[in-house]
Amino acid sequence: MSLFPSGSFPAILLAETRSEVRKSLRMPAYLVPTLVLPAIIYAVFGLMLNNGRIGGMAAPAYMLASYGTLGIVGASLFGMGVSVAVERGQGWLTLKAATPMPPLAYFGGKVLMCMALGIASTALLSIMGVLFGDVRLDAGQWAMLFVTLAAGSAPFCALGCAIGYLAGPNSAAGITNLLYLPLSVCSGLWVPVEGLPKIMQHIAPWLPPYHLSRLALHAIGMPIPLNNHAWFLAGYTALFAWLASLAFKRQSRGSWG
Amino acid sequence: MTSDAGAGSSAVRLDDVRMRFGDVEALAGLTLDIARGKATVLLGPNGAGKTTAIRLMLGLGKPTSGSVQVFGADPQAPAARRRVGVMMQVAKVPENLKVIEHIDTFRAYYPNPLPRAELVELAGLAGLAGYERRFFGRLSGGEQQRVLFALAMAGNPDLLFLDEPTVGMDVDTRRAFWKQVRRLKDEGRTILLTTHYLEEADALADRIVVLDHGRIIADGSPSEIKKKVSGHRITCRTRLALAEIRALAGVTLALHDDDLTLIDTDHLEAVLRAMLTRDETLSDLAIKGAALEDAFVAITNAGKSEESH
Repeated sequence: MSLFPSGSFPAILLAETRSEVRKSLRMPAYLVPTLVLPAIIYAVFGLMLNNGRIGGMAAPAYMLASYGTLGIVGASLFGMGVSVAVERGQGWLTLKAATPMPPLAYFGGKVLMCMALGIASTALLSIMGVLFGDVRLDAGQWAMLFVTLAAGSAPFCALGCAIGYLAGPNSAAGITNLLYLPLSVCSGLWVPVEGLPKIMQHIAPWLPPYHLSRLALHAIGMPIPLNNHAWFLAGYTALFAWLASLAFKRQSRGSWG
Repeated sequence: MTSDAGAGSSAVRLDDVRMRFGDVEALAGLTLDIARGKATVLLGPNGAGKTTAIRLMLGLGKPTSGSVQVFGADPQAPAARRRVGVMMQVAKVPENLKVIEHIDTFRAYYPNPLPRAELVELAGLAGLAGYERRFFGRLSGGEQQRVLFALAMAGNPDLLFLDEPTVGMDVDTRRAFWKQVRRLKDEGRTILLTTHYLEEADALADRIVVLDHGRIIADGSPSEIKKKVSGHRITCRTRLALAEIRALAGVTLALHDDDLTLIDTDHLEAVLRAMLTRDETLSDLAIKGAALEDAFVAITNAGKSEESH
């Protein structure tokens, strides 16, 4: 509790993160896209139906990387976008903005929560993969997988934040769903890129989840080149963060009555 | 509570503040000095500029022109915000956090927060067993207001903004709340309050500032203000013509509402005597002390109403 002096930035960030995690864990509508959905489709497509190899990798390991990515994308988009839009619409954010809490702590708390839930989702899939899919990775590969996915939440948190500020409280969930499904399908998270129709294979390299899933696959030892995946993700993060900051400034200039 | 040298004796200073939203001028050159340790009430009809003024004092926006200072600093500066607490109208608070979790989160924002137990007691939650462990969404409207009050007090503020604080409270809770506010004032805190209830302004204010169309139209102690605008509203069924009623001394407003006649007056007895004498059929008589705000709305709308009736 008193790890940091009250009122200091780390203390505020910790308090925000703690309450974000509590809120999320008590919200079924959020736990479905982050924990339940990836676990179910991993069980069905990764463990039960798929015993073959994809791109030279055992399917359960391959799909651990893609559905791990799916969990991160879902946790970040819904965790940031919907909650920011809703709290903004309710006036709750205005009350918090009048306190000494720095905006960075508010967003930082949500980002850390999204990462934590995304990591929990990946951990759940990993346990399933090890127990029922015979997934075997060495310690370094496990570490790389989790670090990659945690860091990979950045562009999706930034995108969620932009949606949270551009969309209304009632439309944010709908817009997020509209983005989440096509983004993840066309990036090859549901069906591996190798199995997608030609046209989607051309689209995939333009989508951020594709790049994150390639990094995750690389982390667990799939022999693919690293290319510019990390740069793509960094670029998308910058772009979305810029959009979000524009929207944030537009609001905080005081267009409210 | 603290008296820092150099910052002067005012808690809040607005100097010729103008605020435009498109074509609407919400504040039209507002100059206001809120003294420390006093309770000041802002009154005015909806759209008068109360909320805009408070938002600027909270640093939730910048004025189009003019300056706003809180304890001699920019209201957006952390140093100012750490000394300010605010209770405002919030449509919805995250409901799946427990009362105590909300309180602890807000306490973490401030360097010298009030102890948790003191906040629970301040909000009137202490006597009710298991209360602080309840989810916010399970509380009644009045109880939620009390938690918002505890959040406003979390940082042990020198300056407390209360924007319509007793909406949703029952009469007993409202009176208990007033007692708390008086106690906080006696501790030396500065209170700035907006309300729709004349009784509330009367009970708490050292000073009442009335805004309309972004300007101050009255400023003084409650008794001074009441002298200016106090009045009564008479409702009755009468055969008297509006023009005849308006000609009576002390009638500020007279108009028809369906088959009833509404009359605002600051000479209640004289007007009643005159009307009862002239119209022996007068019936369905009701008299109500006009709320301060009603009186102002009536005054500012009087011209328009006369044209349309």
